[in-house]
Amino acid sequence: MQDVINKINELANGLGDISLMEVCGGHTNVILKYGIRKILPSNIKLLSGPGCPVCVTSQKEIDSIIEMALNGIKIVSYGDMVRVPGTKMSLEGARGKGADVKIIDSASQALNYKDHVFFGIGFETTAPMTAYLLKKGLNVFSAHRLLKPAMKVLLEGEIRIDGFIMPGHVSVITGADEWKELNVPQVISGFTPELVMVSICKLLELIKNKQNIVVNNYDEAVLPQGNIAAKNMIKEQLKPVDAEWRGFGMIKSSALEPVNDQQNARIIYVDIIKNVKTDIDTACRCGDVVKGLCSPHECPLFGDECSPQMPRGACMVSDEGACRITYVYER
Amino acid sequence: MCLAIPGKVESINGEEAIVDFKGIKKKANIAFCDCKIGDYILVHVGFAIQVVDEKRARETYRLLDEKCKT
Repeated sequence: MQDVINKINELANGLGDISLMEVCGGHTNVILKYGIRKILPSNIKLLSGPGCPVCVTSQKEIDSIIEMALNGIKIVSYGDMVRVPGTKMSLEGARGKGADVKIIDSASQALNYKDHVFFGIGFETTAPMTAYLLKKGLNVFSAHRLLKPAMKVLLEGEIRIDGFIMPGHVSVITGADEWKELNVPQVISGFTPELVMVSICKLLELIKNKQNIVVNNYDEAVLPQGNIAAKNMIKEQLKPVDAEWRGFGMIKSSALEPVNDQQNARIIYVDIIKNVKTDIDTACRCGDVVKGLCSPHECPLFGDECSPQMPRGACMVSDEGACRITYVYER
Repeated sequence: MCLAIPGKVESINGEEAIVDFKGIKKKANIAFCDCKIGDYILVHVGFAIQVVDEKRARETYRLLDEKCKT
């Protein structure tokens, strides 16, 4: 490991201020847990990006699913989503008021609840499973997001990003070739601290040599073309649509919804959803955190008013949320 | 959300496999993954997404053990 650190120091010496962004909450976790930011030279900054699907889901979507639950629609969801605060309450709160909300950790378990609406969430890694459930006949409220459109927005945005540490498991599905068009130095990384350090080293090399290419540093799991069976299932059952992201606003073709309108809960329950009133918590800075514009420590709520036990913002809920990870390792 | 954990395929019945995650046996759907008994597969929300080699799987277990200690 020491030789990787030496190499990073050597490369950093010849470069000015460099900002790298990780766009996977799993990487944020490894970086904070192992103190990787503190090991790096002072001119190499690591920013956390929109790597947590729970965090980027819009307030409107959270409020919509809660409203559906309160109106007697049965919901089945991954555990992370039930604690995200809506304007009035969370899905967990709705359950306390008698709503039928089932929690699952494996997508196949949703097949036991075919009369429920499945709350589909996640990036490309999780979308094939939702597509599979659609094929099996479930109705879905989809909050699925695609990572590349958001990365394009980041590259055109207000902060300079010199390179990306790319998500390992999203890339298992999409394939390494998916990212070529971003035209910026990128290294797809695995999840050990050693692999993340090597990925940072490789990124600095790409930046030094002005190579806007994708290096696959997780090639035991990521193929150039990705998982074709999973991608085909997505294409068959889900279609790209425009969507609102927390912090980003509307991004074109950045989300997935069921191809079949008759399985799309947003259409089936439009009469319930259309009346949903959403208020944004203006003190919460989750919207800036997911864009790398501010660190969790800079949010006035962080710590006392927003904690994993009593989250006020989405980034404090998920294990992949930058606020929660920072709370656990750097509070 | 995008965490995937490696496990060893013990048996296969159609789209469903029994997978050993370091002693804990669970079902996984293998509709997206061409695997055979004895393979290590990466499993995400109950679905296999890729075959990986055993050495990498063991490295992941080491990290998960450390994660569980925090």
